[in-house]
Amino acid sequence: MSELASEKPSPAADAYTERQRGGGSGNWTIRGARILGGEARDLFIRDGVFVAEEVRGAQVVDADGLIALPGLVDLHTHLREPGREDAETVATGSRAAAAGGYTAVHAMANTDPVADTAGVVEQVWRLGREAGYCDVQPVGAVTVGIAGERLAELGAMADSAARVRVFSDDGHCVSDAALMRRALEYVKAFGGVVAQHAQEPRLTEGAQMNEGEVSSALGLRGWPAVAEEAVIARDVLLAAHTGSRLHVCHLSTAGSVELVRWAKSKGYPVTAEVTPHHLLLTDDLVRGYDPVYKVNPPLRTQADVEAVRAGLADGTIDVVATDHAPHPVEAKDCEWAVAAMGMLGLETALSVVQHTMVETGLLDWAGVADRMSVRAAAIGSLDGHGRPLEPGEPANLVLLDPAASRTIEPAELHSRSRNTPFAGLKLPGAVRATFLRGTATVLEGKVIDR
Amino acid sequence: MKRHLLSTADLSADDATLILDTAAELARIADRPIKKLPTLRGRTVVNLFYEDSTRTRISFETAAKRLSADVINFSAKGSSVSKGESLKDTALTLEAMGADAVVVRHWASGGAYRLAHAGWIRSAVVNAGDGTHEHPTQALLDAYTLRSRLGSLEGRRIGIVGDVLHSRVARSNVRLLSTLGAEVTLVAPPTLMPFAVEGWPCSSSYDLDPVLPKLDAVMMLRVQRERMDQAFFPTEREYSRRYGLHAQRMAALPEHAVVMHPGPMNRGLEISAEVADSTRSTITEQVANGVSVRMAVLYLLLGGSEPAIGTENEGGAK
Amino acid sequence: MTDGTETTVSPAAPASAAQAAMRAVLDASAVSRALTRIAHEILERTQGADDAVLLGIPTRGAHLATRLGAQIAAVEGLELPIGTLDVTMYRDDLRLRPARAIKRTEIPSGGIDGKLVVLVDDVLFSGRTIRAALDALGDIGRPRAVQLAVLVDRGHRELPIRADYVGKNLPTAQRETVQVRLAETDGQDAVLLGVKGAGAR
Ligand SMILES: [Zn+2]
Repeated sequence: MSELASEKPSPAADAYTERQRGGGSGNWTIRGARILGGEARDLFIRDGVFVAEEVRGAQVVDADGLIALPGLVDLHTHLREPGREDAETVATGSRAAAAGGYTAVHAMANTDPVADTAGVVEQVWRLGREAGYCDVQPVGAVTVGIAGERLAELGAMADSAARVRVFSDDGHCVSDAALMRRALEYVKAFGGVVAQHAQEPRLTEGAQMNEGEVSSALGLRGWPAVAEEAVIARDVLLAAHTGSRLHVCHLSTAGSVELVRWAKSKGYPVTAEVTPHHLLLTDDLVRGYDPVYKVNPPLRTQADVEAVRAGLADGTIDVVATDHAPHPVEAKDCEWAVAAMGMLGLETALSVVQHTMVETGLLDWAGVADRMSVRAAAIGSLDGHGRPLEPGEPANLVLLDPAASRTIEPAELHSRSRNTPFAGLKLPGAVRATFLRGTATVLEGKVIDR
Repeated sequence: MKRHLLSTADLSADDATLILDTAAELARIADRPIKKLPTLRGRTVVNLFYEDSTRTRISFETAAKRLSADVINFSAKGSSVSKGESLKDTALTLEAMGADAVVVRHWASGGAYRLAHAGWIRSAVVNAGDGTHEHPTQALLDAYTLRSRLGSLEGRRIGIVGDVLHSRVARSNVRLLSTLGAEVTLVAPPTLMPFAVEGWPCSSSYDLDPVLPKLDAVMMLRVQRERMDQAFFPTEREYSRRYGLHAQRMAALPEHAVVMHPGPMNRGLEISAEVADSTRSTITEQVANGVSVRMAVLYLLLGGSEPAIGTENEGGAK
Repeated sequence: MTDGTETTVSPAAPASAAQAAMRAVLDASAVSRALTRIAHEILERTQGADDAVLLGIPTRGAHLATRLGAQIAAVEGLELPIGTLDVTMYRDDLRLRPARAIKRTEIPSGGIDGKLVVLVDDVLFSGRTIRAALDALGDIGRPRAVQLAVLVDRGHRELPIRADYVGKNLPTAQRETVQVRLAETDGQDAVLLGVKGAGAR
């Protein structure tokens, strides 16, 4: 295993450690990283920007054996602040993001109060900047109070300091077709995108898990695939009709992949995401009634897992988005029916993608960079992220050790919550360092206190 | 290691037969002047009911008392709508009280499983009905009743008719009866047939009449009237006409075939009064057999250093 | 049902090391002679046994009761009521072992009220089985008197209980085991003595 950060003139160890604290000065030499998993070469950073020449006196990171990817971008994160600071805060969630290799996250709007005004989105944006672990880009609600009735002031949020471009009622579906049409049309004015949580509400009343063999055996009310697919089918047609950008959140079924594939073949302006848990886990896990596996959309079948992997591999699915959804202990330490839906994801996403996509040969590391950073930044219209690791670009990157493996321990996570479905699983890969515009947020696998 | 009775799927044919044989011996005690046995003296059985079910609770209470256990009835009102004390907190209370067994009726599917496996308590857990999942002691008493009427269940044909989708009795019965060698046929309108029922150890039909002449027993399930409002069927009249058991349909059953119902019945909807009160009906017998079967379950779970039944794997889902 | 620690060897099982290590202390004819003697003693001591009821404790005690009944019928032409009394639910050592299957209790139709009940078991050891049987009897009726017949008394009583009729007094050490084998359950009659755990796992 490579010694990660060793300085070239090899100073006294304590002085060296001293300088690491706070993430360093912004001048770095990263020795021998395999760029996007390819040839090993050195990266030079001056004042937060990649440069062609090594900077004198820069701190050196020995990246022998490590892979360098552009800093990851999450399109779908629940940071819970304001309102549920017992589950997560912008600070704890963005620390978790940095630990997972992210340099930007999109904070979902279903907070309390809902992020449906310029005031709330600016507050979240500012909290992210103060925390300093990654760029926290707020998502604005599509409708007031995500109630699905009246459009929120989308323009005001777009024009705010937070520069909102992604709008979503996530947690709820904009099920009213006319409202969805208007939202799609309206965001064209400022290059926005509507990210839809596709769930036909009447088909999923009281739904507890994927409708299938397992739900039948367990006597839990089913959440049928058609409830997701029906909304996606409608929405891709609305996107075509309005000529506006639709992003499909966390698609989870084989049928959804087919629909998006068809829409893309028609040239419709549609993008889609899949979560790490839908790449790996199936509804079979629900058999123990452990609510840590309760999530919306629910864990599906093995056939669906294979279909979303294939869709991600061929680019039908544009990005992996975590749907990181922290919940306090009491929301999960209860009966299945009363438990909250959602799972942690930020700190395990890269490992799950390595396990499900890279080790299976479905994606190479350049593909991982594309699906976890480049395309996510493009969908979110996020400047400075998902860029090539080349001179002149902001130094947002992650160094990961693909040969490492670790057993997921909930207690070791940086999130305030513990509801990871991967607890006890041995997963490959480990994030060794994360840089946000040249500032190390993670070094030697440890989050740097700010 | 504590074992539980959570699902009939956890019972092997030997387990189930042991319970039924034990129940048969215990049933003879019901005829004695002194009906009580000292077997579970000093043991505490808690009836934890999150749903009203006086019949089931009294049956378990009688069973426990006949075995000299101390019985505590804990009626925990509270539903997904009006949340009372959480299941976890209640469980911790019961643990502190030193309950040896908790008989739990819960409105949520998996309630009993969660109580047994979440690490909140060490007591044995007996599922007295959880949501639309299982009701194993009901299935055991049904099997007991069938066995006493028909002899062995091997190769016997049993029809289960009605709202299979929402029926914990049907789920438990399909698993238990097939384990005991019976051939089960589910009959329901397509709206009330569970998804992927093809994978169950039984056959299924949307049509009652062709099934009836082949049956050794028919079990009529209760149909809740509110299902009509959720468009599971158009009207009570239509349901009754297509799936109700009335005198004319009963005549299509073979001579020896019996009619069962887990109760409470909707007379006139899934079963006519004439059928319910006929000599083929085992409905009152089922109630009496309930006590013996529940005594057998409590004895076999609590009457030794470790239980004599339950092959359930504690490995969990991970 | 015997007291405490005897292990029962299934008749279907091949001769195991445990069996090989066991020594026959009564053979088939000795068992037969012992039962005949007990039958005579019962007749003698109960003055014709006209109100006696034989209750065997399952499994082997029940077979012994049946044989005693047959012997008495052969000698006296008297058909005594014969039944079985399972004591499992009355045992005081239930929690020391896994829950066991209960066996049949069959009280003859005439009942036991006012009768002389002769309990029949294969081995008398600690006396706890008989204590349980007395409790079980009390829940069924009120006999005039209760007597006890056993094929083997191996000593080591833990309760103030004694047998009225004994086929064979067999002084044993605590660590020894006694097995009664009967044609009905084990293929042949014998009483075997061995050492606990010897040669067997
Ligand atoms: Zn969502």
